[in-house]
Amino acid sequence: MSTFRNLVKPYMLWMGIFIIIPMLLIVFYAFTTKGNDVITVKFTMDNFLKFFDSVYIKVLLKSLNIALITTIVCIILGYPVAYIIANTKQKTQTLLMLLITIPMWINTLVKTYAWISVLSDNGIVNSFLAKLGLAPITMMYTDFAVTLGMVYNFLPFMILEIYTALAKLDRSLIDAGNDLGANKLQIFQKIVFPLSLSGVISGITLVFLPSVSTFVIPKLLGGGQYMLIGNLIENQFITVGEWNFGSAISLIMACIILISMYFTRKFDQDKSENGNKKEVKHA
Amino acid sequence: MRTLIKFENIVKEFDGQLVLKGINLEINENEFVTLLGPSGCGKTTLLRILGGFVDQTEGKIFFEDIEISNVPAYKREINTVFQKYALFPHMNVFDNIAFGLHIKKQSKDIIQQKVNKMLRLVGLDGFEDKMVTLLSGGQQQRVAIARALVNEPMVLLLDEPLGALDLKLRKEMQHELKKIQKEVGITFIYVTHDQEEALTMSDKIVVINNGEIQQIGTPIDIYNEPENRFVADFIGESNIIEGFMIEDYQVMFDDKKFECVDYGFDDKESVDIVIRPEDIDIVTPEMGMLKGIIRSSIFKGVHYEMSVETEYRDFIVHTTDYTEPGKEVGLHFFPEDIHVMYKMGTY
Repeated sequence: MSTFRNLVKPYMLWMGIFIIIPMLLIVFYAFTTKGNDVITVKFTMDNFLKFFDSVYIKVLLKSLNIALITTIVCIILGYPVAYIIANTKQKTQTLLMLLITIPMWINTLVKTYAWISVLSDNGIVNSFLAKLGLAPITMMYTDFAVTLGMVYNFLPFMILEIYTALAKLDRSLIDAGNDLGANKLQIFQKIVFPLSLSGVISGITLVFLPSVSTFVIPKLLGGGQYMLIGNLIENQFITVGEWNFGSAISLIMACIILISMYFTRKFDQDKSENGNKKEVKHA
Repeated sequence: MRTLIKFENIVKEFDGQLVLKGINLEINENEFVTLLGPSGCGKTTLLRILGGFVDQTEGKIFFEDIEISNVPAYKREINTVFQKYALFPHMNVFDNIAFGLHIKKQSKDIIQQKVNKMLRLVGLDGFEDKMVTLLSGGQQQRVAIARALVNEPMVLLLDEPLGALDLKLRKEMQHELKKIQKEVGITFIYVTHDQEEALTMSDKIVVINNGEIQQIGTPIDIYNEPENRFVADFIGESNIIEGFMIEDYQVMFDDKKFECVDYGFDDKESVDIVIRPEDIDIVTPEMGMLKGIIRSSIFKGVHYEMSVETEYRDFIVHTTDYTEPGKEVGLHFFPEDIHVMYKMGTY
């Protein structure tokens, strides 16, 4: 046993260097003023107080709002797709899931650039509209474009999670529902959907969290003026050079994410109380 | 007794493979019927066709003289206890049992009353708020039975329901199931590969092999008068011997003539003969009808299982008296212990 335990040590060192120390640095920056050196360290809360300016709060709310819409759209689009895939033949399932995951292999940046050529004023959609003799629609640099980009990027995660939950559902439960007089709709409402909720919850985690903090998609599809919390942090570090303020925003974001994760987890456990998850605990 | 269910020439094909080859079977009211056979013989498929979970390739099913071949599962007055119980893991015991009643939109009071009655019947009073995933195998089994019976079906299908339980619990549940069946007074159709289970519980046993019915009869019929080599071999242990009928009441095997109680075969017809191990007595070599040497003697609890080598074959003998291996003995059996069967495939 002890020899195996020793194998963990290099990993802990790795964790320390690449995860713990950078995190501590962020905390350090967030609580200090600009222009520190090794000898003089000035602690302050100003970085946090500054954030509670209405401008920044608006950015935060907008980010949460867009992430929420993205998540909801992903559930609405993803659930039926996952449901249909899970009900096809085993071979078809594998193939379809492969197709769903292929876009995940391609860099977000590339995929987002591709959307620009679709959505821009003289892009594919608008040239098609022009051919039909219709007026062009401005789509680039709108909430619509940003949300679309996010949904496109994060939808596979949602499908994957819901599909996994549906695929591991015991078929005999559906037979049992059928046997007890439930029709297809009732079986879905009372058995399939409640038992797939854990998949939806993990899908929400996988979609909502990156949507809140992404900065590539809003930057490309929303334009330079489009400000979400991710862009705000990026700006502080790269353009403005306010590392202290940027760190403080990052910490605030981390707290929000932590809290939202806590609630989704809690909700998940309440729902599947004593269900599959707890069974493992009691076994 | 009134015929409740009738299978007419049921054929089932899975990917070009014939799983059921034309099953004709009638099941009466209030009967405990067991479909018995080795795994893969088609017994579960037949049950699933009756439950409505699988469509037959050919043939018809009648329920009270009305054809139900195309009636979907949720509209059939049949409930099932599934192999691995298939309880709903996100519901507690009460909600699991009440599921069917909720679907039928029965009033709260009635649901409460019926569920409580079922909980008492299966001995789970006080368990209504427990999550099913926290129950033991035996308790889950009881919930599954209650969940099916609460709907007051005319037929209860049980698909190897005791397979996952340990031996002691299985025996307990066998008696309990039989008791429940008598109490609710409905038809039970029970699928198992365990011949002992079948003999203990059934009013009628249907022995199935390779998608064909081999024999239908009471447990005593099936055990004492197996119709062919397969049934004799599958139900209990047996010595199966090839021979031929000389004439009525006279059979010949191992170069000897024996008196028997069977008749109606053609003269000189080849037959299979079965002699149950417990019907053979060990006697002195002079008294025996066949002579042999004891090759092994294994203690089995109640009896010894002996292997006796004779000139033509080894006989299995069950006896409570110990005889040491290596000793020369005689084998004795009475005419009624010799069961003559038609050769397989010729009846």
